[in-house]
Amino acid sequence: MAATVPPTGLSQQAAPLKRLTGAARGDQLFRLVLTICAIVIPVLLLALVLMLVRGAAPAIARFGLGFAATKTWDPVAGQFGAFPMIVGTLLTSLLALLIAVPLSLGVAVYLTEFAPGFLRRPVAMVIELLAAIPSVVYGLWGVFVLIPLLQRAVFPFLRSLLGFLPFFQGAIYGPSVLAASIILAIMIMPFIMSVSREVLLAVPNSQREAAMALGATRWEAVRTAIIPYARSGIVGAVILGLGRALGETMAVTMLIGNRHDSSMSLFAPGYTMAAAIANEFNEAATPMHYAALTYVALLLFVITVLVNAAARLLIWRVSRGGVSGAKAE
Amino acid sequence: MNRRTLRRVKSNVMVGIMASAVVVAVLPLLFILGSLLLRGASSLSLAFFSQLPVPAGETGGGVLHAIVGTLIIVGIASLLGVPIGVGAGVYCAEYPGSRLALVTRFVADVMNGTPSIVVGVFAWTVIVAPQHHYSGLAGSAALAILMIPMVMRTTEELLKLVPNSLREAALALGYARWRTTWSVMLRTALPGIVTGTLLAVARIAGETAPLLFTALGNQYLSFNPNAPMAALPLVVFTYSIGPYEEWHQFAWAAALVLILVVLVLSIAARMVTRERFGAYRD
Repeated sequence: MAATVPPTGLSQQAAPLKRLTGAARGDQLFRLVLTICAIVIPVLLLALVLMLVRGAAPAIARFGLGFAATKTWDPVAGQFGAFPMIVGTLLTSLLALLIAVPLSLGVAVYLTEFAPGFLRRPVAMVIELLAAIPSVVYGLWGVFVLIPLLQRAVFPFLRSLLGFLPFFQGAIYGPSVLAASIILAIMIMPFIMSVSREVLLAVPNSQREAAMALGATRWEAVRTAIIPYARSGIVGAVILGLGRALGETMAVTMLIGNRHDSSMSLFAPGYTMAAAIANEFNEAATPMHYAALTYVALLLFVITVLVNAAARLLIWRVSRGGVSGAKAE
Repeated sequence: MNRRTLRRVKSNVMVGIMASAVVVAVLPLLFILGSLLLRGASSLSLAFFSQLPVPAGETGGGVLHAIVGTLIIVGIASLLGVPIGVGAGVYCAEYPGSRLALVTRFVADVMNGTPSIVVGVFAWTVIVAPQHHYSGLAGSAALAILMIPMVMRTTEELLKLVPNSLREAALALGYARWRTTWSVMLRTALPGIVTGTLLAVARIAGETAPLLFTALGNQYLSFNPNAPMAALPLVVFTYSIGPYEEWHQFAWAAALVLILVVLVLSIAARMVTRERFGAYRD
C-alpha cells in the first residue's frame, strides 16, 4: 500500500546502487508502518460513526428525526425523545460561553499585550493547569463547595436582582442549569484563553506599531488593530470552547440535577445529552433504551464534529496567514 | 487636551478590567486546590494508599485497588495509543502534502474534540457488548482512542520545529531516509514528544466518562485487565454521589491523589520542554 520510494531524490543519488536497494527497502518498510499508523485515525473515526449508527439503528427506525423534537422520555413505555436534553445541552453551553468568553478574552489580551514580562508565562501556565484538572474533580468541588455557595448567597441575590425575568424565578434548587453552566464556564475558560492567546501572539508587531504610531492609546491599539486582525481566530477559539462545553460529561452530570424536563428557570434542574448517557447507559434495561441512548450519543457526536470542524477551519485560516491583513479594517 | 486625557483614562480603565479578569480566572484554581487540600489532606495516610475500601458505615480503608487499576488501564492505553499516535504524527510531518496526511490531520483535530462519553459508548458497543462483560481493557481502548489524536498532533508540530538543515545534513552524509527520520528528526524532537505524551497521559488519567461503562469499577484488588477494574476517577465519582458522609470524605481524598498525579505529570511535562524548546517558543 503506497509503498513507493519517497520522492526525495537525495538518497537515491547519494547512495551507490547496491546500498540503494537496502536503503530503499528500509524506506519502503518505514513508510508502510507510518502509513498504517496514519490510516488508523480516519479508520477509527469511520468505525466510530458506523458503530454508533448501527447501535442507534432501532431507535432511528422507530423515532426518526422526530426524536430530537419529542419531549417524552419514558423507558418503561419505550417512548423516547431527546428534546429536553438537547435544549439543556445547548443552554448550558451557551450560558457557559456567556460567562467564559469575556473573561478568557480579557485574560488573553492582557497577557499578550499589557502584562509585565515576568507575569506572562507563569499566569498562562497556572490557567492552563486549570485545564488539567479532571472533570470529575470539578464535579466533586461543584457539588460540595460551589452549589452550597450558590444556593446560599448567589442565587437568592440573583433572584432579588433579576427576578422580573422568567429565567430567575421559581424555587432555588442546589443542582441546577445555572450551577452546571458556571462549572462549565470555569472548565472551558482555559481552552478559550490559551487558543486566543496563541492567535494574538501570531498578530505581527507591525500591526501594533502602526496603531501606536498613529497615536492610539494601548487600548485603542488593541481594539482597532489587534482584535480585528485576530478576529476569526478568536471566533475559532470560542467555538472550540463551545465544542468542549457540549461534550462535557462528569461535572455537568453531577451538578445539573438530571431531570427530564425543560423549564424556563435557570434555578431548576435540567439534563444534558452527555449526562443522560452517563446516568442511564449502565441501567438501561431494554434494547430500545440502549438504542435511544446510542442515538443521543450519535447526535451529540454529530453536533460536536460540526462545531469543531468549523472552529478548526477558522483557526487554520488565521495560523496559515490566509486572512493576513485583509480582515483589519 | 481634555479628550486626550479621557482617552488615556479609558485605556487605563480597560487594562485594569482585563487585569482583574486575570485575578477572576486564577481564583477558581486556587479555590479548588484549597478545598482539595482542606478536605482531602486529613484523610491521606499510608493506609489510604495501601488498603482496600471498607464497607459503608466503617471509616478508614484506602484506594490501593484504584491506584493499581488506573496504572494498568492507563498503561495499556499508552502502549496502544503512543506508538500509533507518534507514527501517524511522523507520517504527517514527513509527507505533509499527501492526501492521507491532510485527511489524518483534519480527522485528528475533529477527534480531539469528540466527547469522551461518546468514545465510551463506542468502546461499549465494540468490546463490552460482544464480550458480555465489562473490562479494564475496554477502558484502555477508549482512553487510547482519546490519546492517539493528541499524541499525533504534538508529534507532528514538534517535528516541524526541527530545523531542516539537520535533515539535509543527515541525508548528505548518506543516511537513508528512514534513518534520518528515526535517529535525527525524532531524536531532536524527543523531549517535546515526551512532553506531549505526558500531557496526554495526564489528561486521560483523569477521564471518568469513558470508563463508566467499560472498566465499570471494582471493590477488590484486581490485576486482570479482562475483568471489571477500579480507577481513581471512578472512585471519586462513585463516592461523591453516594449518601454517606464518610464516602464524601473518601472522595475528597481520592480526588486529591488523582489531582496530584495529574498535576505532577503536567508540570513535569512542561519542565521537559522548557530547556530544549524554550528558545523557539514565544
